[in-house]
Amino acid sequence: MNDFLAARSQMALSLGFHIVFSCIGMVMPFFMAVAHYYYLKTGKDVYKNVTKAWSKGVAIFFATGAVSGTVLSFELGLLWPTFMKHAGPIFGMPFSLEGTAFFIEAIALGFFLYGWNRFNRWFHWFTGVVVGVSGLVSGILVVAANAWMNSPAGFDYLNGEYLNIDPIKAMFNDAWFSQALHMCIAAFAATGFAVAGVHALMIVRGSHVAFHTKAFRIAAVFAAAAAILQPLSGDLSAKDVAHRQPAKLAAMEAHFHTEKGAPLIIGGIPDEKNKKVDYAVKIPGLLSFMVAEDFNAEVKGLDAIPEENHPPVAVTHYAFQVMVGLGMIMLLISVLYFIGLWKKKQWLESKWLLKLFVIATPLGFIAVEAGWTVTEVGRQPWIINGIMRTADAVTPMPGINYSFYLFSAVYISLAVIVTFMLYRQIKMVGKLYDTPSSTFLINH
Amino acid sequence: MLYVIICFLWASIWLYLLLGGADFGAGILELFTSQNNRAKTRDTMYQAIGPVWEANHMWLIIAIVILFVGFPAIYTTMSINMHIPLTVLLLGIIARGTAFAFRHYDAVVDDWQVVYNRIFTWSSLITPLFLGIIAGSTVSGTIDTQATNFLDAYVFSWLSWFSVTVGLFTVAICAFLAAIYLIGETDTEDEKRRFIQKARTANIAAVVFGAMVFIAAQVENVPLVEWIFGNAVGITAIAAASISLFLLWYWLQKGKTQILRVLAGFQVTMILITTTYKHFPNIVILKGGGYLSLMEHHGHQKTLQALGMALLLGSVFILPALFYLIYSFQKKGGAAHQGQPH
Ligand code: HDD
Ligand code: HEM
Ligand code: HEM
Repeated sequence: MNDFLAARSQMALSLGFHIVFSCIGMVMPFFMAVAHYYYLKTGKDVYKNVTKAWSKGVAIFFATGAVSGTVLSFELGLLWPTFMKHAGPIFGMPFSLEGTAFFIEAIALGFFLYGWNRFNRWFHWFTGVVVGVSGLVSGILVVAANAWMNSPAGFDYLNGEYLNIDPIKAMFNDAWFSQALHMCIAAFAATGFAVAGVHALMIVRGSHVAFHTKAFRIAAVFAAAAAILQPLSGDLSAKDVAHRQPAKLAAMEAHFHTEKGAPLIIGGIPDEKNKKVDYAVKIPGLLSFMVAEDFNAEVKGLDAIPEENHPPVAVTHYAFQVMVGLGMIMLLISVLYFIGLWKKKQWLESKWLLKLFVIATPLGFIAVEAGWTVTEVGRQPWIINGIMRTADAVTPMPGINYSFYLFSAVYISLAVIVTFMLYRQIKMVGKLYDTPSSTFLINH
Repeated sequence: MLYVIICFLWASIWLYLLLGGADFGAGILELFTSQNNRAKTRDTMYQAIGPVWEANHMWLIIAIVILFVGFPAIYTTMSINMHIPLTVLLLGIIARGTAFAFRHYDAVVDDWQVVYNRIFTWSSLITPLFLGIIAGSTVSGTIDTQATNFLDAYVFSWLSWFSVTVGLFTVAICAFLAAIYLIGETDTEDEKRRFIQKARTANIAAVVFGAMVFIAAQVENVPLVEWIFGNAVGITAIAAASISLFLLWYWLQKGKTQILRVLAGFQVTMILITTTYKHFPNIVILKGGGYLSLMEHHGHQKTLQALGMALLLGSVFILPALFYLIYSFQKKGGAAHQGQPH
């Protein structure tokens, strides 16, 4: 493995790892706040137990999210020093605000996790909400930084120099809104489906049903609402991409030839050499319609873009198909769930709906990883779209492949341990949380 | 605005050394506690740092963000030439943070605890060791940005007697801070005596390693003596630190918590002042006498403006909340101990 590939793989691995924990860090506090709210309102212990059981899990995720994020802030320099040298001062604004958001989050988390019975109940509840809000804000900020890489703004690039820097303009670049919106909804959908799925499994198995039913309900409502909004926001993202990164759009759609009335290509195997897609379903005119709201509009294909600026087509296309496909499945399940909630109460009792949720447990996170693959791989060969090539940004230090192996080993072990802990957490629900009188405090 | 940012940078390094340092130190103390007393030490430590540990480590992130936004040339040079120790540091941070969470939040308490504890204590030692090594090598003139062979560019940039002794010194300082802090957090006399003893040992270790830093500096031609004794601020600070050392030993005898904390904090502050004052604003000294200066190698004016505003705005939110957090969870903070963690 050459150093450049190793650096990219290490970056992708670290981000792909971090994003899971950051989604959970952003969303779980809201779930907990709802459970906690019910507890404070109704005084029912089961809600308190749900809150506590979740918060123990979340503490583990938080720690892992925080350290993997710390690693990232160093890795940007360790792997891409040339990029950071020029980009740091331009896209740094969200990162400097993000520092504040993280800090508030860490402080509020200290209050929330350790504050049971120490503070006014509603102050304690409020600190939990602050954890969620500041997590969401940091997510939005960091995505704004990433959006700048897709849609550079806030500077003039003349003869290799970055002039007239305006960090505020850089932060509010063209892509920030659509990306941040899509990411936030994705975080709710992914975490919601993951949490709902785990609790659904326990209900199906008939263990501690009262506890898991309450937990499932909270997660499922959030998940379903997010999954219904997600395609709408995705459509907005796609229109946006068509404007600012036609090469990425063409790669997503495996759209090789510029044409009017371009078809939407679903599935298929892109053949980059012969510039065609085999075995695909093609819906005439739909791509044109989605991009420009006109079935006959012209959509730029890869042939309009110089060869050396083409992103990898196959990976981008597959990743996009995976994201959209999973999005559709989650949409369907969510619609069924809402119908159950409003019209067909008996569905909620039945196993099949729960089983669907069990199956959907990992789907949201797979879609998130796929979505980021679309965004990042689709931006290649650029690290700053149209300005700096990824290959020019990489560190001169040789031997990055060893670093990559090392980090892979660390992340794989961490993933295994976290999964193992979660498993133990769920197994312990009966002992720790399900007795109605379990107001005793769980010590470690 | 540049000065505001430099103040924030210095303050975050200072706070990271004090708060994060005490945090690392707690793990180091655990490593050097006899098997019988470990469980008790661990418990005291958890009560004391559990609620604040995540906040303590934010200072490092703030410092890094200030560097890469405000002083990109400095951040990049360090990232390139210090790649290896930074990687070790990161692995240490990952290992420590996760082991800490795992051992306290694992729903089942069994033999895994031994594994988590071992990882936690060793990474508590290695992480500040490498922080010290990195800090030492930024000023020791070993970074060679022109080097073409691997060893000169990426290994001897940080591997020197001077840096390693600075690393050991940092470890001792962390242990010392933690011991002093924990004296006030125990609830038994016995435990308290043990921390007092540890504070003494760590203090002696710090003095010994400190002396070794001077020797290494002499051997490797780092003008440390001149930085510290060549100017009034350095002499005053080092004198104040020495005087407070005697006071500290006196109060250690008495076990007066708050005074000890102030004195220990004061000493560490003085040490940081002496070592940063003379070569300010040149925070990285390169091989051959070149340097990277905070006053010269900074980002554009508008960037600094925005960064400074973000930091000021942030501190309006953060500082009160942080003080309230630390206050609320101090042992003496009233009702604090009625509730159990979690
Ligand atoms: C639960 C996860 C999830 C689901 C169901 C979807 N997405 Fe997505 N998508 C993401 C999670 C995600 C993401 C991981 O959050 C990304 C990566 C970058 C970003 O801003 O969001 C993303 C990126 C992303 C992009 C690239 C944006 C860019 O490069 O700026 C487009 C065009 C879409 N999405 C479109 C869609 C469409 C049309 C969907 C229809 C169902 C869809 N997404 C479902
Ligand atoms: C603010 C957020 C982000 C920043 C600043 C960022 C930055 C980078 C950088 C510098 C690279 C290396 C250059 C490149 O190959 O393009 C990269 C690559 C990559 N990143 Fe991101 N990224 C961000 C968010 C994410 C997230 C959340 C993911 C999610 C999983 C992700 C996935 C990837 C992938 C898959 C690559 C490798 C692309 C390839 O194959 O070349 N990124 N990103
Ligand atoms: C789109 C991608 C990203 C999202 C949505 C995101 C979001 C988050 C969130 C919500 C947290 C706090 C929750 C937790 O601690 O588990 C977090 C932690 C962190 N993230 Fe990310 N992040 C992303 C990418 C990055 C990148 C590229 C960097 C670095 C350059 C980064 C740096 C950090 C740091 C330093 C922390 C730790 C803060 C703490 O101690 O609480 N993140 N991230």
